Amino acid sequence: MGDLSNGRGGSSVHVIQPGDSGFATTRVDALLNWAKKYSLFQYPYVTACCAMEFMAMASPRFDMARFGAEAPRFSPRQADLLWVVGTISQRQAPALKRIYEQMADPKWVLAFGTCASCGGFYDNYTTLAGIDKVIPCDVYVPGCPPRPEAVIDGLLLLQDKIARGDRTPGIVKPRTDPLVMGPDGIELVQIGKKPVLDGGSEA
Amino acid sequence: MSKKVLDLLQEKFGAAILATHAQFGDDTAVIEPGSWRAVALFLRDDPRLGMNMFTDLCGVDYLNQRGEDEPRFEVVCHLRSLQYAHRIRIKSRIGDAEGETVEIDSLVPVWKGADWFERETFDLMGITFKGHPDLRRILMYPEFKGAPLRKDYPASKTQPLIPYREGTLDKLFPFGPDEGMAFGRQTHDYRNDRGES
Repeated sequence: MGDLSNGRGGSSVHVIQPGDSGFATTRVDALLNWAKKYSLFQYPYVTACCAMEFMAMASPRFDMARFGAEAPRFSPRQADLLWVVGTISQRQAPALKRIYEQMADPKWVLAFGTCASCGGFYDNYTTLAGIDKVIPCDVYVPGCPPRPEAVIDGLLLLQDKIARGDRTPGIVKPRTDPLVMGPDGIELVQIGKKPVLDGGSEA
Repeated sequence: MSKKVLDLLQEKFGAAILATHAQFGDDTAVIEPGSWRAVALFLRDDPRLGMNMFTDLCGVDYLNQRGEDEPRFEVVCHLRSLQYAHRIRIKSRIGDAEGETVEIDSLVPVWKGADWFERETFDLMGITFKGHPDLRRILMYPEFKGAPLRKDYPASKTQPLIPYREGTLDKLFPFGPDEGMAFGRQTHDYRNDRGES
């Protein structure tokens, strides 16, 4: 069973009477999000070599079933989570969009691997440079192909997002860490502060 | 051994064989485009040659690598004889600098296996094969304009079938605090929603 409360001591759960016979109160949306989070029916849209890693993910060694994302549904109408595993060509993009539109809400999309995330090194006439050009994407898992650990991390990120009730599409933010000079001339990295672009114009 | 193949070709066609060379056991004959199918038929049917296996066919674009009057494209075909275990590469140079009418005879009447190879060359190189039974695109979609493997096709040009999404695409840094999903795990603090501390 998953934990209804959140990691920072959030109060979506109030335990009224602890123990075996006890009960707790929670909010309906938190409960629903918790249920959605652990019952992801997945539609694998598998097109390329990342499929090998997807098979590893689904098989017992890494075992996606631990996270409730167990049953692959080969009909988009029964699926919650669209795994886009592999390169999407321009010719395939309408099919992918149609599949996404056939899925019932609530639905999520996970871009599995570099090609699905941004096109990878296929910067050419035939490849769609990232599935987010066509459909909204929630989580991007980089790697060519990604390690199963990275995919599990992406899945947990998605579960975390579902638990938050966050429906904004994912944006791959640039990985620029702001460098700040410390007292000894050592560059310190400030975590959690918005980096300033060249010219100092900050929105 | 297979030097004999080139000798036989030159003996039969003479001036239609523009050039030959042999290196490391691989023989090449450059053929005048008008004799393309006749040479292929001879290679297949002559009992001394017996080229019964069609291996490969492709196109090459020599944009700005040849002289002004030289043909821009080259069609390369690889053949093999299963009986004699020898092989030959035949080439033909076609096309003008603009690359508008690039035509050569189809080899499908000679070897049926040439069908998809010629469709691929037509699709990606824009070379028309006269006499092909079903000459249409094989890899790219029918809406695609142009020949993507030609040297003058822009390397980054895409032709999407459906319009791209609007909105967060092409959005530049910095993003707002509520846009997108931050890296790392975030756990929602519901107390802040309710204004509690």
